[in-house]
Amino acid sequence: MAVDTAPARTGSRPQARPGRGATRRLPKLKTVVIAASAYVIAFLFLFPYLVMVLTSLRSQESLRDVSFWPDEWVWSNFTDFWSSGLAGNLWVTIKVAAGATVLVLLVALPAAYYSARHRFRGRTAFLILVLITQMFQPTAMVVGIYREFYQFGLVDSTWSLILVNGGFNLAFAVWILNAYFSSIPRELEEAAFIDGNGRFGALFRITLPLAMPGVITALIFTFIAAWNEFVVALTLTTSSENKPLPVALNSFIGQYQVDWQNLFAGSVIATIPVIILFALIERKVVSGLTAGSIK
Amino acid sequence: MRRLRALEPLAWVGPAIVLIALVVIWPVIEMIRSSFLEISRLGVVRGWTAGDNYVKLFGEKDFADIMLRSVIWVVAVVVLTVVVSLALAQLFNQHFPLRKVARWALIAPWAASVLMTAIIFKWMLDPEVGVINQIRVKLGLIDAMGGAAADQLGDASTAMPWLVFVAVFVSVPFTTYALLAGLATIPSDVYEAAKMDGAGRFRTYWSITLPLLRPALTVAALINIMNVFNSFPIIWAMTHGQPGYSTATSTIFMYILKGSDIGESAAMSVVNFGMVIVLTVIFLRVSRWNKEVA
Repeated sequence: MAVDTAPARTGSRPQARPGRGATRRLPKLKTVVIAASAYVIAFLFLFPYLVMVLTSLRSQESLRDVSFWPDEWVWSNFTDFWSSGLAGNLWVTIKVAAGATVLVLLVALPAAYYSARHRFRGRTAFLILVLITQMFQPTAMVVGIYREFYQFGLVDSTWSLILVNGGFNLAFAVWILNAYFSSIPRELEEAAFIDGNGRFGALFRITLPLAMPGVITALIFTFIAAWNEFVVALTLTTSSENKPLPVALNSFIGQYQVDWQNLFAGSVIATIPVIILFALIERKVVSGLTAGSIK
Repeated sequence: MRRLRALEPLAWVGPAIVLIALVVIWPVIEMIRSSFLEISRLGVVRGWTAGDNYVKLFGEKDFADIMLRSVIWVVAVVVLTVVVSLALAQLFNQHFPLRKVARWALIAPWAASVLMTAIIFKWMLDPEVGVINQIRVKLGLIDAMGGAAADQLGDASTAMPWLVFVAVFVSVPFTTYALLAGLATIPSDVYEAAKMDGAGRFRTYWSITLPLLRPALTVAALINIMNVFNSFPIIWAMTHGQPGYSTATSTIFMYILKGSDIGESAAMSVVNFGMVIVLTVIFLRVSRWNKEVA
């Protein structure tokens, strides 16, 4: 990925080169301007989340004060979170995200591996189906999803959320895993096979470890998407204890008096972990989502 | 034995097909079917109605406004997102200290749930204590907190721009990253050749960077069109489509209808589906046309 930056480097090199010897310690004005504007923009993108964290540390009384920083830092909003019913909603979110991730792993891995290694009848049709699915959004068909699970008697069940989240994230996982498996030379696997590892031994000892970055990317992506999912959960859950955290937090807003400090304590818990997880896979997600078009 | 071999692919790929069929294909069929059914509020099917749901939907007095607003919403958000992202990608492609950290900051709105971001903006726009309104008071844009002028989300003419702003805010990170990846694929010798030909900065960008960025731009814009058209949490959390239906897009309207008439709501979904396809085709046509011109 180091080559990524090549164009920019060559773009700025001619200006940077002449002054380098004389003013080695002093950055060029252009760099200062670029860096400063980049930092300002970076700050603007973080700003709402800073407000979220600050509000989650306010006391109920100081919530309506016009001051940016809280007068006193109140950590009890977070301890209150655990004693309120919201901890149960967090648990639902964890179950849905983990369940969808396991489902995607079990279903996408064999499909991606086989379609990368073997030509079979219907292979192209399968890959096109996957590609089309990636364009589909649960929001657009939430009525159909509701009607289907209503007929199954699976409304207000965590299982239905696991199924839907797994299904809608399958495409991305198959796509990125297929690319990974295709890039691993078949000979490596065959060599292990000849060495007496057996077909599955070769798969598990050689191919899978090599495809690990792709597997991890697919898993984290699914986990985050299921963690953040809102519309389907809003539609398919009816009782408050079965609502995932985002839906439960959103129901705060309809109330006459919104306890923003508690709401945001929940938001911090719902948001910060996924931002960190996402930072780990960000590059691979871009190449996965735009696969085939940029290369 | 031969027959068994023929079934082998099914063992590997089958579960994926089943899951897609169950969770993606079935709802589409069910949605289309429901749009022709009369369904009671409790979910009981009362029978076929040829096209009554559609007639009722097209007869809604807010329908035309909502459709027009949806198109404006998609076009405004996607165009602004692409323009802002082009600029940001250019900026974040330069070399400066701590570039990696600055780029990471951009990830936050992308990774965080859109709903949470929308809720935070709603709080920041609070008429009495919202930090955005505090800033506006300091800048002299409004006289005081708490008044009608501070209640930005209470009126469609001020709420809509804020909704667009938040939608752009959450769409820019992915788009910028996709464009950064696109910029990385442009070989540096192209720029050297342009320099030798004496092309200026703007000229180089316009006739080299942009055309070579086209594939990345197309995919990013396409993904944005899908996302923005189906965007639900922003409007739902910030205005619920109110006052009246004045900030509702067709997706919001579909959801509101779900509470009163599932058949009509299904009809709205089908129309939505058609709209996404039409918008996508138009977009692909336009971008291909650009290619032929360039």
